[in-house]
Amino acid sequence: MPVFDYSLLLKGPYHDMLVAGLVLSLELAAATLVFALPLALLVALLRIAPVAVLRWIGFGFVEAIRNVPLLAHMLFWYFGAPELLPESVKLRIYQGNIEAISAVIALTLYTAAFMAEDVRSGIRAVPPRQFEASRALGLGYVATMHRVILPQAVAITVPPLISQTLNLWKNTSIATVIGAAELMYQAGQVESASFRSFESFAFATTAYLAVSLIITGLAVRYQQRFPARPA
Amino acid sequence: MTELIHTYWLYFLVGPYPNGPLGGLALTLLLASLALLLGMPIGVLLGIARVSPYPALRWPVTALMFIVRGTPLLMVVFWAYFFLPSVTGHKTDKFTTMLIALVIFSGVYLAEIVRAGIHGVPKGQVECARSLGLGHWRTLRFVILPQALRAMLPSLLNQFVLTLKETSLGYIIGLTDVAFIATQINTLVFTKPAEVYAILGLTYFLLCFGLSRCAQWIDRRHTHVIKSARHDPI
Amino acid sequence: MIQFENVNKWYGTYHALVDVTETVTQGEVVVVCGPSGSGKSTLIRTINRLESIQSGTIHVDGRNIHARDMRLNEFRSRIGFVFQQFNLFPHLTVLENCTLAPLQLQGLTSAQANERALALLDRVGLAHKANAWPANLSGGQQQRVAIARALAMQPPLMLFDEPTSALDPEMVGEVLAVMRGLARDGMTMVCVTHEMGFAREVADRILFMDQGKVLERATPDEFFSRPQHPRAQQFLADIRTPFATA
Repeated sequence: MPVFDYSLLLKGPYHDMLVAGLVLSLELAAATLVFALPLALLVALLRIAPVAVLRWIGFGFVEAIRNVPLLAHMLFWYFGAPELLPESVKLRIYQGNIEAISAVIALTLYTAAFMAEDVRSGIRAVPPRQFEASRALGLGYVATMHRVILPQAVAITVPPLISQTLNLWKNTSIATVIGAAELMYQAGQVESASFRSFESFAFATTAYLAVSLIITGLAVRYQQRFPARPA
Repeated sequence: MTELIHTYWLYFLVGPYPNGPLGGLALTLLLASLALLLGMPIGVLLGIARVSPYPALRWPVTALMFIVRGTPLLMVVFWAYFFLPSVTGHKTDKFTTMLIALVIFSGVYLAEIVRAGIHGVPKGQVECARSLGLGHWRTLRFVILPQALRAMLPSLLNQFVLTLKETSLGYIIGLTDVAFIATQINTLVFTKPAEVYAILGLTYFLLCFGLSRCAQWIDRRHTHVIKSARHDPI
Repeated sequence: MIQFENVNKWYGTYHALVDVTETVTQGEVVVVCGPSGSGKSTLIRTINRLESIQSGTIHVDGRNIHARDMRLNEFRSRIGFVFQQFNLFPHLTVLENCTLAPLQLQGLTSAQANERALALLDRVGLAHKANAWPANLSGGQQQRVAIARALAMQPPLMLFDEPTSALDPEMVGEVLAVMRGLARDGMTMVCVTHEMGFAREVADRILFMDQGKVLERATPDEFFSRPQHPRAQQFLADIRTPFATA
């Protein structure tokens, strides 16, 4: 077994490639979070709306997305969806960073579907008496949600959402199949260029674990500072 | 779209078989089933180790589980793909590589489900068994595990659905699972990518949604409720 | 049979048991009563080491139960414990609940274990339910099975932690009847209970506890007609006239 070559990872072109990959992975995750959280909230509200049609739309969204692997989503948004667009739009898009855009779209929809279910569980965990009490006072549906239900639901929902963020971080690795130059892709590139597969994969694994550790640490700290209190 | 289905349905279902190795949907199902079957004993053993009173057993297993759960499955697949040949001495085929990666991954997630199941058994049951004089291992064997495993059934089915989706990563190492086959078909047809991938999505959807509904039905029939392992960030 | 000497227990900073020194002799039926939070459940749970103690000693049958060479499982198998929440094993039938421990720990054959279990179930009036599932039994029936299960190990000592508190009122009687039968047969029993009628009729001695201390120990006659300690007097007054405002 060849000697583990640390120098490869600490400086030089391969190091730069790996770090660039790590940065892009982080950017993909951050961009996804920005779009997925509001979308998840919207879908969760649809899921519990008083109107049946809205509930079915929410249900359809969640089930259609959750039951298809992220890989298939990525393939669809990269290979399939652009073909449906008119030529002019297509040309403009292809000039930009379409790999990253497709990845973010796929990741956003996928993560939002799971987060929506966690938000919905959080809302449902607030006892119905709270809702009744608020309506009895005269507050409308939206005001009740805004002032009474959602603030209580937030505390319960945060741990599962952090868990989903962990999943999101790991899922960014799948963007490699459509050629997005994130960490996994770069690790593969370094491997084929230098044949030092152990070093490049060790770097990537350590990077993934480090961020996973940070995210998990956040969850533990949150649970310590805000233990779930029953109403 | 119908001509697409009409022309390629068999290839989609079983790949180049019998003129080549099994592929397509059949391969996906086979891979997921084997992964879960082989992963289950590992999951139970790791789960028991995780709740055992001996730190020498608990800490290494907890560390191992953290490492596997903090790493993307794709990474595990890559490790298996690049390093299994040097470990086993000869070239491992893609199916075995993917299977081993999935077994390791599922085993750890199943361990978490087992651990949650064990914790879900009411504390009074444990106190009572210990009061009768049953020691730690006998209590586990006769009182805790029978109740835990029964309550875990919906979570197990859920894990099977997850594993089905995870088989799609075989695409990356060239395993002819249904996602790979879809891409091959896309290359052949070339002019209908949206439709090809929509059919792929629909296939996964029907399979996974159907299984999830089964799980919910089983869950409703069993009145046991345990906290889902998904909601524990650690 | 049981000797407490200067037993103290803390939960964090909360002093749950304060300098408890008591003796229970063989064949005695001792009832422990008192207001909520007085430490009665804690006290009884220290006897089979479901709770730990920080100072003092507890001897059962002459042996220090916290000694290093004490084999915990064997020790516990010789004490019968009946819980407030019954805690029957839901995945086993009534008969299997009663035969599990004897089969595993006393090396009985199936035939022997079944025979013993059926005799005990008959004694508590539930032999006809031997193959039923716990979920299909009423609370009172489940608790009687729990008593049979505890008796199946043939312990010389039985501990009861509020055995009727979780039952609907009409089922309390059937459980107390079983316990009375046990007492008449000479079993050493320590019971934590609110059932004063049972205490008056069956107990040899009553221990009254409040805030972790045993404040009064007396025979039922003395306790109910001439309570000495003011807290005990208050307790009995509250029980007799719950709505008194004076």
